[in-house]
Amino acid sequence: MRRAWTVPLAAVLAGLLMAGCHPDADVLSSAEPVPGSVVPANFPPPAYGPELNAPDRATFELGRSLFYDPLLSRDSTVSCGTCHRQTDAFADAGQRLSAGVLGHRGLRNAPPLQNLRWRRTLMWDGAVAHIENLPLAPLTNAQEMDETLPRVLAKLNRHPAYPARFASIYGPGPITSYQFLRALAQFTAALTSANSRYDQYVRHEPGGTLSVQELRGLTVFRANCASCHATDLFTDETYRNNGLDRSFAQDSGRARITGRPDERGLFKVPSLRNVARTAPYMHDGRFQTLDQVLDHYDHGVVPSGTLDPLLRRPDGSLGIRLDAEQRADLRAFLLTLTDDAFLHNPQLAPPR
Amino acid sequence: MLFRTLSTTLATLLLGATLGLTACDDDNPTTDTPTSGKLNFEFENVVGSQSLTFGNSYTTLQGDQFTVSKFNYIISNIKLTKADGSSWAEPESYHLVKQADMTSRNFEVSGVPFDDYTGLTFTIGVDAARNTAGAQTGALSPDNDMYWGWTTGYIFLKMEGTSQQSPTGAYTYHVGGFQGLYNSVRTVSLPLPAGVTSLHISATQTPQLHLKADVQKLFTGPKSFRTSQINHIMSADSNAVRLAMNYAAGMFRLDHVHSGE
Repeated sequence: MRRAWTVPLAAVLAGLLMAGCHPDADVLSSAEPVPGSVVPANFPPPAYGPELNAPDRATFELGRSLFYDPLLSRDSTVSCGTCHRQTDAFADAGQRLSAGVLGHRGLRNAPPLQNLRWRRTLMWDGAVAHIENLPLAPLTNAQEMDETLPRVLAKLNRHPAYPARFASIYGPGPITSYQFLRALAQFTAALTSANSRYDQYVRHEPGGTLSVQELRGLTVFRANCASCHATDLFTDETYRNNGLDRSFAQDSGRARITGRPDERGLFKVPSLRNVARTAPYMHDGRFQTLDQVLDHYDHGVVPSGTLDPLLRRPDGSLGIRLDAEQRADLRAFLLTLTDDAFLHNPQLAPPR
Repeated sequence: MLFRTLSTTLATLLLGATLGLTACDDDNPTTDTPTSGKLNFEFENVVGSQSLTFGNSYTTLQGDQFTVSKFNYIISNIKLTKADGSSWAEPESYHLVKQADMTSRNFEVSGVPFDDYTGLTFTIGVDAARNTAGAQTGALSPDNDMYWGWTTGYIFLKMEGTSQQSPTGAYTYHVGGFQGLYNSVRTVSLPLPAGVTSLHISATQTPQLHLKADVQKLFTGPKSFRTSQINHIMSADSNAVRLAMNYAAGMFRLDHVHSGE
């Protein structure tokens, strides 16, 4: 009750204040709300709430242009969108490791970019702690865009169109790193996937029906998977070792960031949204199909000092055992997480 | 109960709105007499008893030859303490000092309440909260050559140069890291120079603090650094933490103070 009252009141007051301070602010009209301005009812509170970088049409469109602009890479061949493609839920389907400038291959599978507004840390190992700083990682990685922030700013500042677009939002003067990162964050924070058939089912919306088999799969999922793939974001955002390897010489995962021996081989629990579209799977893209993933959990889990306790059964054996029917039901359920409205939203596609 | 909560919230919002409107007011008259003053900081980088000059040849206390071609560090969260134990902290206190940029080696701290201060504390590096707070400006702008892009986090101190003992002929020490075992954020408290009992800040007095940062102490301190063994630190790792132990142990000293009358 209290919340219902104060939120609109705060909004009205905030509106008055903003009107007072920015009397000349353009009001850009569009029939549809700016992507990223809606917080789905079935999601937990966001880490990067819309109020922290209020979505507006001009800034969103600027971020969208930057996301799809290869100018961000050293030789202008690779954009964010090169390895994060909308129809793959902004992953790079079919690529175990994506190709950066000059065809270089990195260390890890390009993760889907979706619902980043809710992420407290980013990357497989949590290397990035804030969505606004996210672009700096691929931008400066020698295997990805191999560029520097000062050089990107120089290119933007001498570009025929960008200086005026930035100035219309942030005021006159050269484009700064702050403006660049804030504009890009308007786009990356707007990649909200919340309209799968599963979402419509939990929100009791029209069309939100699951078949008997899908509902059985949901039960299997809740009993066996949801302790890690938790909430309607389908991740609890923890780092875990899911038994892929016995040693971690090539990639120590979370320990690379924290130095903690007890975090060797731990990687971020990925969301399962649009999972049917984001193969290959795991931090190194080693599994090509969902069946290979389920096989891994069934009989492929190997022991190591940091193996997640949830993968040790009371009898001492490892993994998550499902019979053939449970497995078929689970697969059917996972397919209900595909969000076609997100994968084909024209507002998130490359600008014309 | 509900009504009370509502009205409290309303009052808070209205107060916020009033403050916000005041902030937009262009001609807000101030007739108050000043109650705060300034403090000037000057950082001089040295090698033992000599001033640091890029390209000059120096020798570590362990006998390793070296030159310096880059030397930057971030000073943050400056705090002044009084004899009674209370303190004043500079808001938004982030300062980037670059040997190559003389203007960066001198900065002013303003808004210091008039008083006598007996202690100076600051952090070398950037605290975890600001490291994880998103896009920053000013001294913390990520295009200042002091930010790692591949992982969130500021580089707290950078020193680069040559050394005859290094297998590559060069050394690169980039120190940062704020989490887990790889935390290189260090806070130091510097004693006032002998004979100085307090920093007196008033309408007529702006003390000038002359600090010295001794490069020699990076190589020799609680941990010993030989360029023959470690010539490359470029991430938040255990060597960075060892170097941080050195910069926390006597690299900075408050050499002298001009009372600024």
